[in-house]
Amino acid sequence: MSLAATAPYGFLSPTGVEIAFLLVGLVTLGAALITVTTRQLVHAALWLVVTLGGLAVEYLLLTAEFIAWVQVLIYVGSVVVLLLFGLMLTRAPIGHSPDADSGNRPAALVVAVGSAGALVWVVTDAFRATWIDLDGPAAGTTGVTGESLFRHWVLPFEALSVLLLAALVGAIVLSRKAKAEQAAGTPSLAKAPGDKEGAR
Amino acid sequence: MHLAYPAVLAALLFCTGLYGVLARRNAILVLMSVELMLNAVNLNLVAFDVWLSRTAQDTLHSGQALALFTIAIAAAEIGIGLAIVLAVYRDRATADIDRLRDTAETPGDDPDHPDASGTEKAEATA
Repeated sequence: MSLAATAPYGFLSPTGVEIAFLLVGLVTLGAALITVTTRQLVHAALWLVVTLGGLAVEYLLLTAEFIAWVQVLIYVGSVVVLLLFGLMLTRAPIGHSPDADSGNRPAALVVAVGSAGALVWVVTDAFRATWIDLDGPAAGTTGVTGESLFRHWVLPFEALSVLLLAALVGAIVLSRKAKAEQAAGTPSLAKAPGDKEGAR
Repeated sequence: MHLAYPAVLAALLFCTGLYGVLARRNAILVLMSVELMLNAVNLNLVAFDVWLSRTAQDTLHSGQALALFTIAIAAAEIGIGLAIVLAVYRDRATADIDRLRDTAETPGDDPDHPDASGTEKAEATA
């Protein structure tokens, strides 16, 4: 294994991996920008799929293979589906919705651009002369990840499974409680699902 | 690969998510922006793990393990968050976080009837 400092790297001669990373990164960032700025709510969820898929490709380019497939399975597979279900269950308008952005948009823009400038400046200044060595055996194959996960990270892993169980039970309790209140039937609460057909 | 590529991309994605959290009005769009921020952190974790596993001979692979944990916690977070949003929607018939101001403190609040305006608003929107 060669140390990164001694290996010959060109600063202005990007390798193929770097060019691929840059192009996929541009697509990812563009999709993320559309996600947070589009006024069509369902399109935001679909552009989020492009962002998350692009990130999975970035993980593959960083040789973190297992994380990439977990990303595809959990984010693209379940989180986006959950978000789409949420959008549809809250009866989000399908077309153009002019009130998708709140009134503090200029302040948000100032905060985001300011923090982006600061972060990019600090990060590029700090890691100006640092290269990732992507040659040799991959750093994130399923075997390597599983070995480290079940050798060094067993206790956090088990605690995480308990956390997932607690979150699942919590979500069920949250939705059951609302349903029980509805069945008890104060008129203003029972009215909300009733006019669902009328709005469509 | 230069380490600045993933680091800069992660920083820009994080700030995109930050903008979305601050500027969006629909609660589900805010949750999407939170997912963007979490993904930016994951990209940082993976990139630094790949870097450290070569230069520092880190055999713990803490970055990738933590990225997996972050993904799992994000899944739990989105489940709970959507359950809360749906409960609020059933109660108020809106997912508009600008209109959910019942616990907001304004100078003109009447301390004896703190929820009077809130129930009025809920009945008006329902």
